[in-house]
Amino acid sequence: MSDQEDPYKGYRGIAKGRLKKWGVRVWSDVRVVNTAGSVFEGVILPRSGNFDDLHIVLKQKTGYNVGIHVDRVTTIEELSYKKIIYKIPEQEFPRSPDLANVTLLGTGGTIASRLDYRTGAVIPAFTPGELYGAVPELADISNLTTKKIFGVFSENMGWEEYATLARAVRDEIEAGADGIVIGHGTDTMGHTGAVLTFMIQDSPVPIVLVGSQRSSDRPSSDAALNLMHAVKTAGYGPIAEVQVCMFGPTSDQYALLHRATRVRKMHSSYRSAFRTIGDTPMCRVDRGSFELLTEDFRPRDPDRKIKLDTVYDDRITMLYYYPGMKPDLLDALVEKGYRGIVIAGTGLGHVNKPIYPALERAIKNGIHIVMTVQTLWGFAQMYVYDTGRDLMDMGVVPLDNMLPETALMKLGWVLGHTDDHAEVMRMMRHTINHEITDREPHNGYLILQGGLPETQEFIKGHWK
Amino acid sequence: MTQSIDYKEVGLICGLEVHQQLLTEKKLFCRCPAGLYTKDHDGTVLRHMRPTLSELGEYDGTALMEFKTKKNIVYLLHQKNVCTYEMDDTPPFLMNANALDVAIEQCLMLGCDIVDEVHIARKQYLDGSIPTGFQRTAIVGVNGKLPFRGRELTIIQVSVEEDSCREVSDKGHLIVWRTDRLGIPLIETVTGPELHEPDEVEEAILLVGRVCRSTGHVRVGMGASRQDVNVSVRGGRRVEIKGVPQAGWAPALVHGEAVRQVNLLKLRDELHSRGFTKPDSIKIEHTDVTDFFSNSVLEFLHRENWERFVEQDGRKKGFELLNGSFCVRAIRLPDLAGTLSWPGQPDLTFAHELIGRVRVIACLDQQPILLHSEKWPDYQGAKGEIQRLKKKTGCGPNDSLVVVWGIEQDTLCAAEEVRLRYADAVEGIPHETRQPFDDGSTDFERILPGPDRMYPDTDSPPQQITRERMERLRVALPELPWLREKRYSGVGVPLSTIYFLIRRGGARLVDLVVDQGGADVRQACFFFGERIKGLRRDGVAVDGIPDDLWCELFSLVSSNGTLFEDWKRIVSSMAAVGDRSMRDIVEKLGLDEKAVSWREDLLEIVQTGQPDHPNDSVGQRHRFLMGIVMKNLRGRIPAKDASAALHSAMEGQA
Repeated sequence: MSDQEDPYKGYRGIAKGRLKKWGVRVWSDVRVVNTAGSVFEGVILPRSGNFDDLHIVLKQKTGYNVGIHVDRVTTIEELSYKKIIYKIPEQEFPRSPDLANVTLLGTGGTIASRLDYRTGAVIPAFTPGELYGAVPELADISNLTTKKIFGVFSENMGWEEYATLARAVRDEIEAGADGIVIGHGTDTMGHTGAVLTFMIQDSPVPIVLVGSQRSSDRPSSDAALNLMHAVKTAGYGPIAEVQVCMFGPTSDQYALLHRATRVRKMHSSYRSAFRTIGDTPMCRVDRGSFELLTEDFRPRDPDRKIKLDTVYDDRITMLYYYPGMKPDLLDALVEKGYRGIVIAGTGLGHVNKPIYPALERAIKNGIHIVMTVQTLWGFAQMYVYDTGRDLMDMGVVPLDNMLPETALMKLGWVLGHTDDHAEVMRMMRHTINHEITDREPHNGYLILQGGLPETQEFIKGHWK
Repeated sequence: MTQSIDYKEVGLICGLEVHQQLLTEKKLFCRCPAGLYTKDHDGTVLRHMRPTLSELGEYDGTALMEFKTKKNIVYLLHQKNVCTYEMDDTPPFLMNANALDVAIEQCLMLGCDIVDEVHIARKQYLDGSIPTGFQRTAIVGVNGKLPFRGRELTIIQVSVEEDSCREVSDKGHLIVWRTDRLGIPLIETVTGPELHEPDEVEEAILLVGRVCRSTGHVRVGMGASRQDVNVSVRGGRRVEIKGVPQAGWAPALVHGEAVRQVNLLKLRDELHSRGFTKPDSIKIEHTDVTDFFSNSVLEFLHRENWERFVEQDGRKKGFELLNGSFCVRAIRLPDLAGTLSWPGQPDLTFAHELIGRVRVIACLDQQPILLHSEKWPDYQGAKGEIQRLKKKTGCGPNDSLVVVWGIEQDTLCAAEEVRLRYADAVEGIPHETRQPFDDGSTDFERILPGPDRMYPDTDSPPQQITRERMERLRVALPELPWLREKRYSGVGVPLSTIYFLIRRGGARLVDLVVDQGGADVRQACFFFGERIKGLRRDGVAVDGIPDDLWCELFSLVSSNGTLFEDWKRIVSSMAAVGDRSMRDIVEKLGLDEKAVSWREDLLEIVQTGQPDHPNDSVGQRHRFLMGIVMKNLRGRIPAKDASAALHSAMEGQA
């Protein structure tokens, strides 16, 4: 990057002007005296461009950072200059013929990371050597290869990225990997998992998405343990499906393997944010073993031939229905050329009457409209009430217990194949991997209501 | 304190880090109540800590040490006082503005320059005391000065930070923490390294405490203030004695540390003279001697006994213990004979240094933790065993031997720690944090963290402190404690009373009743600084009495001094009914009734044969009768008048 070009990283306006005037720059080791006679010694750090232009940030010898208002600086003197490069110690990743070969594909996220001064953000660090420096236990689990596909935050993933990622997974598997780990930001990990399930079919080996809820620049991070669980799952796990591997409880204890079409991030910050919806998780994994929680899965099979199908149409959207939704919203989508709409309806899959005409217009215009439920748990059962039956008559197709996000990703993928309404709907309802299930097990929906005596009793006896 | 040293000669230098909890309703980075402690819990979390890189790309030494211990860390949660922030499952909310105000106020009292922009940093603690693995902390003030012993004591910096968990237990590889205290705002005041005598340290702790407490905005009571004392001698290194709970402990602790460093420096010279000039010139050899001890007279070295210990203590394999088998390990220390019994702290030897490391880092904690050839138990032939062991391990007259026991992997870690501690000894004094005990001794707690453990908190934006905010707080500041001290001592109030008034908030009331109730300063000081202590001890809610009632009392007393002689009943009554007026109270206690015929009554008491103790002296009888007389007259008739009347009545009788 271009440090020579910008010696005032992140500083702008007044603060930048002063730095120039004083003849100091980012990474200068300086001695500052302010109007109160206080002395600050330390290194001038880059400043986030979002912050004001009135302060300079100093990292003092004690390690504390402090912001000094430029108007209160009386003298500033450069003692030395040394650019600080933040780097995870890189060591050669040891390899052993007895261990599985696992490829870790990087898409961004915070599996192993360092700080970016300008934005204060956490930047992924990624080579096997770097990972070995940060999580040496990985060398006991597998022979790890890493490839950085792209570095984006998960909310910036899009269809182009999905297709690229799917091809990269196929290439690695064909090159002989015993399993694939995909490092991914957690926000849209479920979306990526779902779309990969459709784009990569019949994988002979596990494809494991993993991330972290606490960035790896902190000692209590879940990143290292998640990575160990994921690498172990990719190398030795029994399930050759696309799966999400994240903390089961918030305690450092075990991970759960969630089927990618049925997983959802259910908390904005908990380590145990990921939950299988409408079913039970597939497997529990800790550093020692796998404990299968279902018999219904695709086993590992080295002879199976992987199929890649990365077509898509991204003219799709989701409507999260709410009372009072206006029909012009739908009209606007039609006008803008959207081809498919997933509705997250209320209850068993409903929207209210005022938007019926707009729905009819959209369907007449050849838009494919499917129904999911915003309760997430349970089925869209539109034949129960008149409202549901009316909608079906119009041509809104219920997707049973397919998750809204999974439905959206599938619709984009399906529309890459065909625009024929009947075929679209056939493909939407034809399950590829449990995106619709026949049965919801009675022990799937178990959202314990906190505060009840029996829940308290349970919590007391288990790690949270 | 068996060993005396000349502090000036050895170049003793001490500095302080005084921690003081702030009195806020809520915690620093979440909305949980602050200061609500619980004894039980309704949830638990298990975590581990890993070292991370600092901003400058280095691993911190402490962090690596803590990682080596492979601790299982358990947090006890109670829904009353923690939320998902404390368990590190929710990012911080913006810093509690009230806490920052109190911190700024403290900085101003300490004479500090307030920083322009507060940057929240993460300070790593891998011992588990904070579930995130770091404490959020930020400098608020720098460059303060306090008058101290005719000179100035520098306040290097004041930071605001979140308090840590309370330790419940620490056994083997399991440490348990209670989270109620976690997140309570506190300030850390760092003084310059300018204290040169042990008693100066005590005095400085008390001074900083008085300054902090004089605002009334800090917490008091057990654990509300703790200090770390940094100690070094010339040629030594800064050692931090962490969490000294009382100022009174400081002198003995500082003395002990000074002695320790002087002795360790002599040991360094001794090691150099034996040819150990670099850390890596220390070589050790260790072997598994489990079988050798299987029939030993020292039964705790038997596998069965150890297993019984593990079982009786309820220790779980893979949790409080590592997985693996029992092992006794002998560590030969070539050419190091005599060093294990080298003096260290007063009454302790260098072996104690090894014990600390082995206990904390290798997690071997069955007493006596280690045995060594220079102080082998003299017990039923045990001496013979060490001779045979020496022979078996090739231990010559110039060598020493250390024996440790436990799970094999831990014994290997212990052997390495023994080597590392000797390697440190070659260089002098290791940078350590040490845990204090009330007998003045300390024990190893951890390697002293360096600046490498600090990095910016990416979850929290920097916060500007405007000059307006600062000025608003400045005008509301109470009088500086040393100015108050001068004012009160000028009218003859002893220092101990003044300090009590400042520390416990009484000084505010003194100034209030002087200002608004027309009270005499000296009288008010004694009243709030001494007299009502007894009532408070007896459970009278004196601290709940409203300000205006106090003022009313003192203005009443200034016109009727006799009333004050019955202060105990009056104050108790004030405390019992806070909202009543003084007039009601005086009336209720019957203090407004004129005593008309009291002289006659008194005469009668003397004459009508109150129980007579024929052996009483005149003085004793006078005191006895005074008690009876004043029962109804206290507060209505000046005691000295009654006393005089009694004297004359007794004389008349005689």
